[in-house]
Amino acid sequence: MDFPESLSCPVPILSHDTVQLAHGAGGKLSNEMIDKIFLPRFTNTTLEKMEDQAILENPGGRIAFSTDTFVVDPIFFPGGDIGDLAINGTVNDVAMSGAQPLYLSAGFILEEGLPFETLHRIVLSMEKAANIAGIQIVAGDTKVVNRGSCDKLFINTTGFGFVPDGINISASNLKAGDKIILSGTLADHGMAVMTSREGLSFQSTVKSDTAGLNHMVNDMLAVSHDIHALRDPTRGGLATTLNEFAATSNVGIQLEDGKIPVKDDVRGACELLGIDPLYVANEGKLVAVVPPEIADTMLAAMQNNPLGANAVIIGEVTDNHPGVVALRMGLGGNRIVDMTVGEQLPRIC
Amino acid sequence: MKYLDEFRDPKIAKKILDEIHQVTTQPWVIMEICGGQTHSIIRNGIDQVLPKEIELVHGPGCPVCVTPLEIIDKAIEIAGRPNVIFTSFGDMLRVPGSKKDLFMVRSEGGDVRTVFSPLESLKIARENPDKEVVFFAVGFETTAPGNAMAVAQAAKEGLSNFSELVSHVLVPPAMEALLSSSTNRVQGYLAAGHVCTVMGWEEYTPIAKKYEVPIVITGFEPLDVLDGILHTVKQLEAGTFEVENRYARIVEEGGNKPAQVLIQDVFEVADRKWRGIGEIPVSGFRITEKYRQYDAELKFDVGEIKTDEPEECISGVILQGLKKPHDCPAFGKTCTPQNPLGATMVSSEGACAAYYKYQRIKAD
Amino acid sequence: MCLAVPGKLLEVFDENGLKMGNIDFAGSVSKACLEYVPEIEVGQYTIVHAGFALSVLNEKEAQETFDAWDEVIDAANKDGIGLEKLERPD
Ligand code: SF4
Repeated sequence: MDFPESLSCPVPILSHDTVQLAHGAGGKLSNEMIDKIFLPRFTNTTLEKMEDQAILENPGGRIAFSTDTFVVDPIFFPGGDIGDLAINGTVNDVAMSGAQPLYLSAGFILEEGLPFETLHRIVLSMEKAANIAGIQIVAGDTKVVNRGSCDKLFINTTGFGFVPDGINISASNLKAGDKIILSGTLADHGMAVMTSREGLSFQSTVKSDTAGLNHMVNDMLAVSHDIHALRDPTRGGLATTLNEFAATSNVGIQLEDGKIPVKDDVRGACELLGIDPLYVANEGKLVAVVPPEIADTMLAAMQNNPLGANAVIIGEVTDNHPGVVALRMGLGGNRIVDMTVGEQLPRIC
Repeated sequence: MKYLDEFRDPKIAKKILDEIHQVTTQPWVIMEICGGQTHSIIRNGIDQVLPKEIELVHGPGCPVCVTPLEIIDKAIEIAGRPNVIFTSFGDMLRVPGSKKDLFMVRSEGGDVRTVFSPLESLKIARENPDKEVVFFAVGFETTAPGNAMAVAQAAKEGLSNFSELVSHVLVPPAMEALLSSSTNRVQGYLAAGHVCTVMGWEEYTPIAKKYEVPIVITGFEPLDVLDGILHTVKQLEAGTFEVENRYARIVEEGGNKPAQVLIQDVFEVADRKWRGIGEIPVSGFRITEKYRQYDAELKFDVGEIKTDEPEECISGVILQGLKKPHDCPAFGKTCTPQNPLGATMVSSEGACAAYYKYQRIKAD
Repeated sequence: MCLAVPGKLLEVFDENGLKMGNIDFAGSVSKACLEYVPEIEVGQYTIVHAGFALSVLNEKEAQETFDAWDEVIDAANKDGIGLEKLERPD
């Protein structure tokens, strides 16, 4: 069994066990929290200066810039927590432009009474995720709100990096004949969170796939800069991402059933709850649209990266039915994969 | 997954499909009663590969879609009250009442929670003795055993803060209502396998005889559905009208006896409204006298709420396959999947919703 | 309507006086009430709807269905259609 992170790295001793409103008031307690909880984990020369802003070198080129706010219930789920999710989510959003993500800011909204042990655990997993991605956290902020005004903690991260010249990845680039590559199994994250929610009485082996994808994107760019589109299918799942592609580029997308990989236990949970994996969030997968000539080498490069071991070509772009994503079923019939109307909920019928 | 994947094998499916093509010599109209089967048909594109002689009419769909506006308005009224925890299957939260849906009640401060089983609702009642916990008990016969168990268990444990808002509908009366209509076109039925799991299929024998229609009890996986269609067509071609059980791995003739016993204790047959269709006599359940105190409709005194189904909705005739959705003046205008008026638009597999969706791919 | 999925019973226990069981759906394990299938034994498959087991899967009937399909496939092979044998996942 793995030892929990907190055993190898004890919770720092603070004057309180839980977050108090005063920890957000900018005084002594605020400083104590920043010094003991955040700085030791997010250490880098920029952050250590403790200025009101980070001053960064500009290596030139176009900037890829993205922000995301993370609210997840429960904050710890199998395979991850809100901390690594907050890092990986923004890293991935930046990386999907072909940029190498370099810098991140992190803003925390903490609910009064949050145990420091919990906060520390989350900060540790942020540190770990940031190290894996090779990104620096150069600016941060914390606010404390009254109990009940937020649910334990919310995290906002904003990240940026530079897009090398000659790379133009966009949802508007899809061309008929392009191949669609998915980097691995669907629905792991969403089902891990859903099955760990109280009330569903599940004991599931399903784990979130939360991971930073920037190194895999580097491997892919090493094959060719001619990647037409790239996106991580998070909220709304693969179906939503592909519908956005089809609408933006005004092309059709044809998928083949039986090619879209879903892990057994994830599928078991999906079947039982009546949830379609195509619509479930992923946090460590990407979908790439590439010209047919380079599809096989691109696929091989992805498969060589551990995060892309199960990568597979799931379909192609077509001139037929512009704006529509269709899934060809084993029998030969075609099913339309529409946008979702709302949140995925367990169904009985 | 065992007992699931085998029934999805496209190779076998093609073979059964070939057989359907071979035995079909003339046009037939077949209705699948159950939205789950419609789901399977649309999802797997079965309707697109059947012989063109076979017309599938999608049945009333699912209990969620046919839950009348009136009941949803009552649910919304109860859920909005202070001190109430309103619990429901996820499906029901999005279904619009006449003014709003349960999601909106939640955003306005109502305590609305999704549960996967009525027993979870009971657990919430146990943990919150100072709150009134209401469970939205919708469903066909399949869901009735669970919903009955929650009431019986609440009585056993003396959980007086638990109640159910019941909107249970029954399949055979709806089938009869469709068959007895003078304009009926349906010639054969795929009966809903999971409903029969609970109730058995004795009830269907008189219906098959009286209306001279074959009724084939059918499962939900693509092979089950194809197999059900094959045996319905075989009967139609041979001119027989038997009740045939093609889901024998799950369904027994007598159904589930312990479940029937408890259902009869907790529920009694009553008239029920169906969304977009109107009232069908003896087509649903209500809570029996013995368990009246667990009936949320009485407890919260919402019996006075009356909501009529929108007049412009013609889903009743669409369900019979008499008209197509674009014959409806509201179609795509005042009635869309985001803002549905009738059952056939509420369900994503309903005829109106399917037409709405497929308009976009017509050119293909 | 009435989503119900087959899973394998792993263990039986009592909860608030009700017979309950843990049921395995390809690795995801969920709790279900077994009051309506008193005859069920650990290792058997059952159909679960909204947290209630409603029927013990009749493995003999399922086998007969497979056998019928095997015949279909054998016949198809004789006709030179060349279908593969059914795979039966465990
Ligand atoms: S389009 Fe809407 S209003 Fe018209 S029949 Fe269908 S559900 Fe009813």
